[in-house]
Amino acid sequence: MPNAIKKNDAPLRDAKRFFHVFFSRGWVTKLCFGMIVVFVLCAVFAPVLTPYTPYEQNLLAMLKGCSAEHLLGTDNIGRDTLTRLLYGARVSLITGLLSSIWAAAVGSTLGLVAGYFGGWLNTVIMRLTDAMFSIPPLIFTMVLSTMVSGSLLGVSAVIGVSIVPSYIRMVNGLVISLRENDYVTAANLIGQKQSVIMFRHLLPNCLASLIVTFTMNVGTAIMLESTLSYLGVGITPPTPAWGVMVSEGYKYLFNQPLVAILPGVCIMLVVIAFNIVGDALRDALDPRLRGKL
Amino acid sequence: MGRYVLKRLGISLIVVLLVSVISFTLVHMLPGDPAVLALGSEASAQDIKTFRDQYYLNEPVVKQYFIWMSNLLRGDLGDSIAYSRPVLACLVERLPRTISIGLPALIISSIIGIGCGILSAVQRGKFADNFITFLSTVGLGAPQFWLGIVGIYVFGMQLGLLPLSGYVAPSENLGQFLYYGCMPICILSFSLLASVARQTRSNMLEVVNQDYIRTARANGLVERSVIYKHALKNALIPVITTIGLQVRVVVGGSLMVEQVFNIAGIGTLIVSAVNGRDYMVVQGCVFMISLFTVACNFIIDLLYGLVDPRIRKSWR
Repeated sequence: MPNAIKKNDAPLRDAKRFFHVFFSRGWVTKLCFGMIVVFVLCAVFAPVLTPYTPYEQNLLAMLKGCSAEHLLGTDNIGRDTLTRLLYGARVSLITGLLSSIWAAAVGSTLGLVAGYFGGWLNTVIMRLTDAMFSIPPLIFTMVLSTMVSGSLLGVSAVIGVSIVPSYIRMVNGLVISLRENDYVTAANLIGQKQSVIMFRHLLPNCLASLIVTFTMNVGTAIMLESTLSYLGVGITPPTPAWGVMVSEGYKYLFNQPLVAILPGVCIMLVVIAFNIVGDALRDALDPRLRGKL
Repeated sequence: MGRYVLKRLGISLIVVLLVSVISFTLVHMLPGDPAVLALGSEASAQDIKTFRDQYYLNEPVVKQYFIWMSNLLRGDLGDSIAYSRPVLACLVERLPRTISIGLPALIISSIIGIGCGILSAVQRGKFADNFITFLSTVGLGAPQFWLGIVGIYVFGMQLGLLPLSGYVAPSENLGQFLYYGCMPICILSFSLLASVARQTRSNMLEVVNQDYIRTARANGLVERSVIYKHALKNALIPVITTIGLQVRVVVGGSLMVEQVFNIAGIGTLIVSAVNGRDYMVVQGCVFMISLFTVACNFIIDLLYGLVDPRIRKSWR
C-alpha cells in the first residue's frame, strides 16, 4: 500500500513543481497567461459578449468613434469594431490551434521516424526539411494559400504546412540522442515492436519540448494567418479576421484609425502572450534549459 | 578545410535541387490554366493550343521540370505573363529597390541589436535590461504590416514628418531616398533587431558564467576588458547564425514593408504574381529567393569556422 501512495505522489509533486516554476517568473508571465485566458474566453463567448453580429451593417453610423452604443467605434460600413474584434479572436484561435495541431502530428511523426530509423530515410527527410526551411515561410504559405479557399480549414492547412519543418527538426534532434538510451536497447532486446518503442517510449520523452514548440507555434500561426489575411490571400472577407480588418481599415486610416490599429494591437498582445508563456513553459518543464532562449 | 567546404557545398547543392523541385511542384499545383489566364477566357482554342505548345504545357510534368531546369541553368527563368517580358529582367529591375531597403535594415539591426544585447546582459535585471527586453518582445510580436500602418499614422498623418508612401532610388537623390526610405528601413530593422538582441543577451549571459571568465576576473582584469575582450568574442559566434537566419526574415519582412509603403520591389512583384497567377514569376521568385537563402547559409557555415578555431579544428 505505501508503495501505491508513493507512485501516485510523483505526478502530483511534478505538477506542483511545474506550477511553482511556471508562476514564479514574476508578473509578466502571469499577465500573459491571463491574456491567453481572456483571449480564449472572448473567442468562445463572443456572441454573448456583444449585442451585434460581425456582419451587421449600420449605414447611419459609419466610421464613428467610441460611444456608448459602439464602444470602439464602427468601420466604413457601420459594423461594430468591438464585435468584429471578438469574433476575430475566434478566427485566430481556431486557425492557430488547428494548424499547430496538425503540424505537430505530422511533423513529430516524421521527425520521430526519421530520427529513429536513421540512415537514408533520415537523410531524405532532413534534406527536404532543409529545403523547406530555405523558402521564406511567408512566401511559401502565400503560394500555397492560392490553392485553398479562404476558409478557416483551408488557411489552417496551409499554415500548418509551413510550420511542419520546425517540429520535424526539433523531434528529430531529440530522438537521435534519445535512441542511444539503455531503455531503448532493453525494449529492443525483449522484442518490442518498433512502433511501440517509437510512440510509447520515445515520443513521451519529447513531450516537454513538443508542448513548448506547440505554444510558440500557435503564436507564429496566428501571426502568419493575420499576415496572409492582410495580403488578401488568407481568410476571405467579410469574415472578421484581424488581418482583414487591418487591411480594410487601412483605407480609412485618416478618418477612423481605430479600425486598422486595434486589430494589430490584438495580434501583437496574443502573439507576445504565447511567446512568453512558451518561454515560461520551457523553464517549468525542463529545468536544464532554464535561462536559454 | 577543403573537404569540409566541399561537403557543405555538396549539401547546399542538394538542398538547392530540392528547392527547385518544391518550387516547381508548388507552382504546378496552383489552380487555373495558365494559357487561359494569359490569353483571356475568350481566346480561341487554336490560340490556346499554340500558347500551350510554346510554353511546353502539353508535355508531361517531369519533362516540363527538366525543360525549366535546363533553361534555368542557361539563365532563362521564363517569361512573365503579366509583364510580357523575361522574369529575370523583372527581378533585376526590382532587386535594387528591395536591397536598398533590406540591406540597411539588416546592417542597422545587427549593430543596434548586438549593442542592445550586450547592454542588457551587462545591466541584467536593471532598467536598461527590462526596457530592451520589452522592446524586443514587442518587435517579435508586432506584425510588420501593422507597425508600418502605425508609423504612417503617427509620423505621416499626425506629425506630418515623413511621407505616407513612395520611393526614390538612392542613386537618383540620396536625400529624397532617406526621406522616403527612413520609415520602411526603421520598421524593418525594428522587427529584425529583436532576435539579434535576444540572442546576444542570452549568449553573453551564458559566456559570463564560464570558467575562463572567472579566471580572467581572478587575475584582476578590469571588468571592461573581461566583458569586451574575453566574453564578447565568444558570445558573438552564435549571433552570426542568427544574423544569417535574419536574411530569410528580411525577405519576408521587405515583402510586407514594400506592400505597405507601396514600393515596387521583389515583394510586391511576388504578391501581384501570386494574385494574378503569373506562374513563371512565382516559380522564378521562389527559386531565386531560396537560392539566395541557401547561399547565405553556406557562407555563414564557412564564416563560423573562420571565426571559431574550435570548429575549424573539427573540420580536419
